[in-house]
Amino acid sequence: PLWALRKGPSMVLKAFFPTCCASADSGLLVGRWVPEQSSAVVLAVVHFPFIPIQVKELLAQVQQASRVGVAVLGTWCHCQQKPEESLGRFLEGLGAVFPHDPWLQLCRERGSKFWSCKATHRQVPAAPGAASEDQVMLIFYDQRKVLLSQLHPPAALPDHQAGDASASTGGLAAIFDTVARSESLFRSDRFDEGPVRLSHWQSEGVEASILVELAKRASGPVCLLLACLLSLVSAASACRVFKLWPLSFLGSKLSTCEQLRHRLEQLTLIFSTQKATDPTELMRKANMLVSVLLDVALGLVLLSWLHRKNRLGQLADALVPVADHVAEQLQHLLQWLMGAPAGLKMNRALDQVLGRFFLYHIHLWISYIHLMSPFIERILWHVGLSACLGLTVALSILWDIIALLTFHIYCFYVYGARLYCLKVYGLSSLWRLFRGKKWNVLRQRVDSCSYDLDQLFIGTLLFTILVFLLPTTALYYLVFTLLRLLVVAVQGLIHLLVDMVNSLPLYSLGLRLCRPYRLAGKWCAGRPARVGPSALGLPGVGSLNAGRGRRH
Amino acid sequence: MEEERKFSDICGGRLALQRRYYSPSCREFCLSCPRLSLRSLTAVTCTVWLAAYGLFTLCENSMILSAAIFITLLGLLGYLHFVKIDQETLLIIDSLGIQMTSSYASGKETTTFIEMNKVKDVVINEAIYMQKVIYYLCILLKDPVEPHEISQVVPVFQSSKPRLDCLIEVYRSCQEILAHEKATSRSP
Repeated sequence: PLWALRKGPSMVLKAFFPTCCASADSGLLVGRWVPEQSSAVVLAVVHFPFIPIQVKELLAQVQQASRVGVAVLGTWCHCQQKPEESLGRFLEGLGAVFPHDPWLQLCRERGSKFWSCKATHRQVPAAPGAASEDQVMLIFYDQRKVLLSQLHPPAALPDHQAGDASASTGGLAAIFDTVARSESLFRSDRFDEGPVRLSHWQSEGVEASILVELAKRASGPVCLLLACLLSLVSAASACRVFKLWPLSFLGSKLSTCEQLRHRLEQLTLIFSTQKATDPTELMRKANMLVSVLLDVALGLVLLSWLHRKNRLGQLADALVPVADHVAEQLQHLLQWLMGAPAGLKMNRALDQVLGRFFLYHIHLWISYIHLMSPFIERILWHVGLSACLGLTVALSILWDIIALLTFHIYCFYVYGARLYCLKVYGLSSLWRLFRGKKWNVLRQRVDSCSYDLDQLFIGTLLFTILVFLLPTTALYYLVFTLLRLLVVAVQGLIHLLVDMVNSLPLYSLGLRLCRPYRLAGKWCAGRPARVGPSALGLPGVGSLNAGRGRRH
Repeated sequence: MEEERKFSDICGGRLALQRRYYSPSCREFCLSCPRLSLRSLTAVTCTVWLAAYGLFTLCENSMILSAAIFITLLGLLGYLHFVKIDQETLLIIDSLGIQMTSSYASGKETTTFIEMNKVKDVVINEAIYMQKVIYYLCILLKDPVEPHEISQVVPVFQSSKPRLDCLIEVYRSCQEILAHEKATSRSP
């Protein structure tokens, strides 16, 4: 009731004005009028002199290219002192040439902080005595940031809300959308030779750098060349030889082959000649490229570190003694197990058998290592060279080397586990016999069964034997499982590092730190719109202070 | 027009509320928190350096003293940049939305903007924290699926924590604007 007494249409007219045009010369305001929110989004300023026909042509072109309803919204006056009457009438007269309702008139004195904003309606309002002018709210926005920020469309809302949704989730999203889609308007500039001279964010200096432009030109042929090379390599690796049994088995077990394959796939994707279709794909490609580059850089650092002060030679010299030392420690461990470990009483005979068996293995292993020792340095040198391909490849090779060097531990673990497994099966089956039951394979359940006396006798005998041999086998199993776990933990750490380098989205992280408005902002209907840092120039709403001066 | 009044926060510190009425549909409230007091700064610095000196007498390593100086400086910078909020501003514009700005002592500013069509209401809530009952102003947001339900509660003036009298001032003005906005959105 209180507000119905106010004069004029009740909704305030919002004008979104780009900050870059605040210092532009006088001219026409060009942009889009959004009637649902009674807001005018100013995209650019057309300077005098101009021919109205050409302006209309340009706007029609832009409208066709971008499907944004661009029109002349009003006039912009930026002059030395208070505008004279004739200029004022000229500007109003322009309203007749470019019919638009409401007609916006913004005026600013050079060097002053005061703005004057006026919006007039052409149509005669129905109620007599009501003024035909609106209150204008001027909102500054940073055109560059709004243009470059990308918003996800809101998630599909349930059907019955579809009608309301488009109106309510419009709002600021519509403003962003308008600016982002009218890229074709920003192609021509006031410094161009064309018939119409525009001022917008590109007038402050077209954003480009020589390197980026050169890179863009060069990327086409380079991509083509690399794509050809990579296809050759993938064809070679897909040939029949590698599918045969020994090589395919090795290929699946070695982590280096895995990593190389992964990298090959990634490189093929990056250098494919198709352009990325949507921003997520572009982001993925960029992340992959950055991770490959980082990988290679770290690999080269590692290589330079290895070759300095002949560290590679030192490593090679240290490798055989280390392997010897490990084998010696294992021998000590087995001697300890063969004695009375931790005060436990072991079965003497079984203990000796197992211990001697494993000791022989270690002896074999040491002889193999000693056989290989002259070639170690050469092999390591070649391996170090592979660090050129990337840190991940070097780490994968390290993983493989550890796997090969601790192969005997793996073997011991397998033997211990098998033995223990057999024992446990035997025990469980004989335990069932002890109780007079049997495992029914057909029915997959335990059934009662009547055994003969001799079966029972032998079964019980075997059962007792196995029970008393249990601690020995269990202990061996435990010790070797723990050793194996240790090795697996180290390998797991290396794998973790490799995965981290492979999959960390460094490009997105860097973009988030340096240009947050570039990243797709999450626009979920229902969450408070965390629209990028002053993307709307809303701290610039504080510059409403300046516009406060004169309002008609 | 601008007005400034003095209030106090829940711990007894002095706050200054500046109200600016730009127009019947646009208002701004600016709460200034008490500055970093020299006393607390000196106290913290002295404790850190005494602790460092104690460690130094134990370990006889002069790196501890330089490390303590470093830590104090970095800690102070970090505190000013990430923790100490100097001013909190609430700007309500009728047809546009509500914007909350926090400016830190180092000059950093963070803003949150809520569109008007997502705002259901602005209310004063009370919360019981240990032995205190605290009043806080908060913005209720509409649920997009169920327009009559509330999906989120966004508290305002979280660092300055003014008392009820200050909140009532802000609440009244906000309600005037929201009523105006509802009236205009209903009329054709």
